[in-house]
Amino acid sequence: MIDDFILSAILAGVLVAMAAGPLGCFLVWRRMAYFGDTISHSALLGVGLGLALGTTSPWVIVITCAAISWILLFLERGGKFSTDTLLGILAHSALSIGLIIIALQDNLRQDMMFLLIGDILAIDTPELTGIALMTMGTLGGLIYIWKPLLSITVHEDLARVEGVNILKTKVIYMLLIALLVAFAMKVIGALLITSLMIIPAAAARTMARSPVQMAVGSMIIGSLSVVMGILLSSQWDVPAGPAIVLSALLLFLLGRVLPKGFRV
Amino acid sequence: MRGLSKPMTESLIELDRVCLAFSGRAVLEEVSFTVGRGEIVTLIGPNGAGKSTIMKIALGLLTPDRGQVRRAKGISIGYMPQKISIEDNLPLTVQSFLKLRPGTTDAQVTEVMELVRIAHVATCPVQQVSGGEMQRVLMARALLGDPDLIVLDEPVQGVDITGQEELYRLISRVHRHKNCGVLMISHDLHMVMAGTDRVICLNRHICCSGAPENIQDHPEYQALLGQRADAIALYTHHHDHHHDSAGNVVSGDHGEGCDHD
Repeated sequence: MIDDFILSAILAGVLVAMAAGPLGCFLVWRRMAYFGDTISHSALLGVGLGLALGTTSPWVIVITCAAISWILLFLERGGKFSTDTLLGILAHSALSIGLIIIALQDNLRQDMMFLLIGDILAIDTPELTGIALMTMGTLGGLIYIWKPLLSITVHEDLARVEGVNILKTKVIYMLLIALLVAFAMKVIGALLITSLMIIPAAAARTMARSPVQMAVGSMIIGSLSVVMGILLSSQWDVPAGPAIVLSALLLFLLGRVLPKGFRV
Repeated sequence: MRGLSKPMTESLIELDRVCLAFSGRAVLEEVSFTVGRGEIVTLIGPNGAGKSTIMKIALGLLTPDRGQVRRAKGISIGYMPQKISIEDNLPLTVQSFLKLRPGTTDAQVTEVMELVRIAHVATCPVQQVSGGEMQRVLMARALLGDPDLIVLDEPVQGVDITGQEELYRLISRVHRHKNCGVLMISHDLHMVMAGTDRVICLNRHICCSGAPENIQDHPEYQALLGQRADAIALYTHHHDHHHDSAGNVVSGDHGEGCDHD
């Protein structure tokens, strides 16, 4: 009935959505949607650097994303420009430098479109294993920092006075996002991964009464979007990445027009 | 010594000649004071006087350029921030908000909600409680874990006079029961909580400090506030100097209550 490559694609997409939703909830709560974008744009720089070094290991991407986050933290403390401006500068510089490095590789004329929107139907078994481990690691890490990160999100000074280790918590959170972005490149691409973090989280908001409910809701809505998107994509023969985002958007809009009784 | 008007039993926190400048502009100059166990210290001063800044230094949230901050070993501090804005997209009830404090049990949350009378909003989204209720929620968070020192940044800001009186009574009751130290910023230049041991008037430096006078008996004050006056005290203060519009010290008449020249 359903081809194996479709099943692999759905499995990979659902695994990514399970990690992206809860991480994305914090992006929404912390008003940091653009931060997610900056990290994912940096992933292209990571791909470029990896190709220049002759490797396609996702760890090069993880390290690059982490490095960009560090630069952001460092520049933020300088306080010369607003975070917003810094994010804009970093995101698009990393994206452009990455694309230039990729274009300079003589031996490789890869279709850059796949880097931007992913190539979920071409996921192989080792990649699937990598994604599964990433999802477990990311969710485990997020559970570990859940309470301190939530406390920082609500009021950073209060959390600090109460003894929360702010820097450690924020660094772990950034690393988790870097990890997700690096392993999700093949699934949904550098341009679209943020949407898989933000849209399901926002869609889950209407029905959630607690942070945990919203995180779980975002996992469910994200997974549904992946399944819908992949089916849409094979039905209409359109790229899967954008179809997943379109599905997420439809679920978000559906939540907005739900009768009052289903909403909080 | 300025700011140390009486001997202390046990000093909880001690600031010694603290100076801080933001991008070259002096915000605090040579500020020294101590809060002891069982003592209530109120900071007053105009906007931009550095009240919140000195409080952040006392809490360890900011590091001074010069001077020292000594906190007694092992004391726990409860902090009530001035205002809090929580993203509407974060579904968080009042009791979950209180439970965010590390190591807090359900029993402690229930107890503190009873104490500040917010049990009726326990399951309300924290973004939807009224201004006065929010102040009590923040106070409840500060009181969790039986702190040795409570630091309150304008605890009655935006609360009507009845609510103010209730909050002050609450602080006073907690203070009496736990014998903790209290350091608070008053939103009003002339009104401080009854029972305040020491008022510190700050305008970048400490202008003056001392016990609030027995103003409660003042007829005008009584006429203004009637029976509510027992929860609030007036503090009259005279400086030996004036401030120009930029806050700089200019020479002026000496007055009573002034201990520096």
